[in-house]
Amino acid sequence: MRAMPVGDDALLLEVPSGREAEALHAELQRRRSAGELTVREIVPAARTVLLDGVREPSRLAARLAGWEIPPVPERVREPVEIPVRYDGPDLPDVAALWGVSRDEAARIHAASRFRVAFCGFAPGFGYLTGLPDRYHVPRRATPRTSVPAGAVALAGPYTGVYPRPSPGGWRLIGTTDAVLWDHTRVPAALLAPGAVVRFVPVGSG
Amino acid sequence: MTDRALSVVRAGALTTVQDGGRPGHAHLGVPRSGALDAPAAALVNRLVGNPPEAAVLETTLDGCTVRPRSAVTVAVGGAPCPVTVDGRPAPWGAPVRVMGGALLDIGRARSGVRSYLAVSGGVTVEPVLGSRSTDLLSGLGPPPLADGAVLPLGRPAAVLPYADAAPQPGPPDELVLRVTLGPREDWFTADAVRTFLTRAYRVSSASNRVGLRTEGPPLERARPGELPSEGMVLGAVQVPPDGSPVVFLADHPTTGGYPVIAVVRPAGLAAAAQATPGTPVRFTAVSRR
Repeated sequence: MRAMPVGDDALLLEVPSGREAEALHAELQRRRSAGELTVREIVPAARTVLLDGVREPSRLAARLAGWEIPPVPERVREPVEIPVRYDGPDLPDVAALWGVSRDEAARIHAASRFRVAFCGFAPGFGYLTGLPDRYHVPRRATPRTSVPAGAVALAGPYTGVYPRPSPGGWRLIGTTDAVLWDHTRVPAALLAPGAVVRFVPVGSG
Repeated sequence: MTDRALSVVRAGALTTVQDGGRPGHAHLGVPRSGALDAPAAALVNRLVGNPPEAAVLETTLDGCTVRPRSAVTVAVGGAPCPVTVDGRPAPWGAPVRVMGGALLDIGRARSGVRSYLAVSGGVTVEPVLGSRSTDLLSGLGPPPLADGAVLPLGRPAAVLPYADAAPQPGPPDELVLRVTLGPREDWFTADAVRTFLTRAYRVSSASNRVGLRTEGPPLERARPGELPSEGMVLGAVQVPPDGSPVVFLADHPTTGGYPVIAVVRPAGLAAAAQATPGTPVRFTAVSRR
């Protein structure tokens, strides 16, 4: 693990893989809950976890160097189930890239177990990992100027669900009625980092 | 609605409700938001007896006009500007009693960008995730002010503070931002780091609450490729592919994929929020505390 100071009161922790970043994030959260870590924000990302609002970053960096980071805990909680209609306009392209039929592409996606690696882009937008490497697809060459809320989409190693209409370059494979973000709800975000997620196919009628 | 309210007569170019923001939700993709010139917002709050993080109005260049429904104490600070009540000049940077139904005008900034209007009791629009701030990146919080809008006000403090005026720093003629290098200065050539720390940039007119954009000598990267998205802090100096540094302000995205060459010391961010387009900018390196 590489710990880089960011300004005067933050640390950016970098690890070699996304899997390790998820494990590090889980461990940091566990230690914060246990009262062993005082920090304003813990922001996981693709290969890093940012600790913002740390009183003595260099001392914390020294402490972190001695930590054992256990692997990501499996099945610690019930999965969040997201009902999805596999009716996205890019499903045929994705199926072609995978070399399977559309139905088979939907089946492969729904059979995968996902985990929210991190959030970003918009409130409630989670970057979900869990699709096997051979199914990673590039973004669209030309982003769409508007993607509807509830669009289920793929890019690189990630699956995501657009919480609200926005521009986007991910490949749209389906649609959900699940509300990803509602600031009047507690919690506001359906998907927080570390959550386990399953997509449950529903009829496209 | 009660008579503890403010009617918006002239919303101005961009006037938003701002308080201390909503830190603590970055892991959900929620920007911190909050007043860009936080010391100015805290000061005008103090002048009217509010807690420092009560919600105020943040204007952009051309002020705004409001009409309180009942008598209130107000204070205007941040960017210096004319203040009038029913057309008569009133002090800037000091508490002013405004009668119910009177017209309070915050004029165009004489210098700087953002003026702050505190009203006794604070603006009490419905909070979102613990904050009343308008977040222009993600759309959380109340929308920017519109003509005809009505903003509820809270109960004023029982005792008004003693201060009758308070010194405030003027907007900068030249913006000198003290930075600590990193975390990604190794993504840039040694020449680029030297350029960044020695040459003059200018504030770009494309600046907003998300970031202070600059124009100047582009910074060349030492390596090709993309940086996987990583967490961003307030004051981060991100360098997009065009090579022009962008200083992240309160509405900055929580993660980003362009390398951060340095981070601006928090004390410089209020001045950055008041720097008008064209203002010269210099970045100077300081060592970490």
